[in-house]
Amino acid sequence: MKIHLSHPTRDMELQGPKRVADIFKELQLIPEAFLVIRGQDLMTEDEIVADGDSIEVRPVISGG
Amino acid sequence: MRCRKCPKRAVLGMPRHNTAFCGPCLTEFVRTQVQRAIKSQAMFAPEDQILVAVSGGKDSLTLWEILLKLGYRADALYVDLGISGYSERSREKVERFTRDVAESCGAKLTIHTVKEDAGAGIKELANLVKRPTCSTCGTIKRYQFNRVAWENKYDVMATGHNLDDEAARLLGNVLQWQEEYLQKQSPTLPASVAGFSKKVKPLYRMTEREIAAYAIVNRIDYLVEECPMAKGAKMLVYKDALNRLEAESPGTKQRFYWGFLEKQKKAAASSSIAMAHLDQTTLQPCDTCSQPTTAGTCSFCRMMARAKNPTR
Repeated sequence: MKIHLSHPTRDMELQGPKRVADIFKELQLIPEAFLVIRGQDLMTEDEIVADGDSIEVRPVISGG
Repeated sequence: MRCRKCPKRAVLGMPRHNTAFCGPCLTEFVRTQVQRAIKSQAMFAPEDQILVAVSGGKDSLTLWEILLKLGYRADALYVDLGISGYSERSREKVERFTRDVAESCGAKLTIHTVKEDAGAGIKELANLVKRPTCSTCGTIKRYQFNRVAWENKYDVMATGHNLDDEAARLLGNVLQWQEEYLQKQSPTLPASVAGFSKKVKPLYRMTEREIAAYAIVNRIDYLVEECPMAKGAKMLVYKDALNRLEAESPGTKQRFYWGFLEKQKKAAASSSIAMAHLDQTTLQPCDTCSQPTTAGTCSFCRMMARAKNPTR
């Protein structure tokens, strides 16, 4: 699967299929600080991302 | 995961409420929470004219959208900070939202450009006055929002501060024991003296994640990019710490900030009088611009004078 991340902007690949919760664990990200988007749809932590999918892991924390 | 209110697929799990919502039910939930915040904190009435401070980010554009959808009369102010690249992109998001959403509700956007007013962008200005960029930015934004709201007779000024912002700010204030700031950390700050607009934070019940989810579900096109000046900011460290606690114990941020508000409320009558009284006894009109200040010349005017004559 292809994963797009921000802050800083970068792209990476992981072997699928995987649950969203497991992607967070593998990337060592706190779920409370991110949302996962496939196409235009939000995904919950129990959903499965297929190997051929492209997702965006979007940070939601802002502020100085 | 299924929505807890209807049979549809959920788009967001909310561990702090032990629930999950589909897009339409999330939208309804968020708008209800904002309406509850407005009423419970006596923020404004349906006939009031509101000025929303917008930046192009998720919180401020979402706040503007929700107020308009709830039928409030809400205009917006955008302060163009002159940060190369970033300001152009954020301004473009705000102008697009104004065209696509706000104008059809009869709302208008005012833009204040720092470069036109001060002769330099925020970064250059901060260098000239030898202050951190974020602190210079805060002084300018607070000053301009208050000035525009006051001069144009808006009843209230609304900002997009959310639960994460307020919990992180509370943590910072408690860690430093800044009691004078604790007293003023409320979702509603009254217009205590002439020249000060009433200030409210209608998103204080919602987390950043819930607001971002609302923005995505409702196709609000916001700037995902972080302000380049915010890198390494203390607030981000506090937010990260709180989110780690939240992951271990859902509801931590809410209990921390709402618990503080409850304690503040218990002393409401005396403290609100004391706060207004304190403002009335310590504030006077700035000798340059007439906005309220504790000094003879306000911090904004002192900063501008220093920028015009940096050798002083």
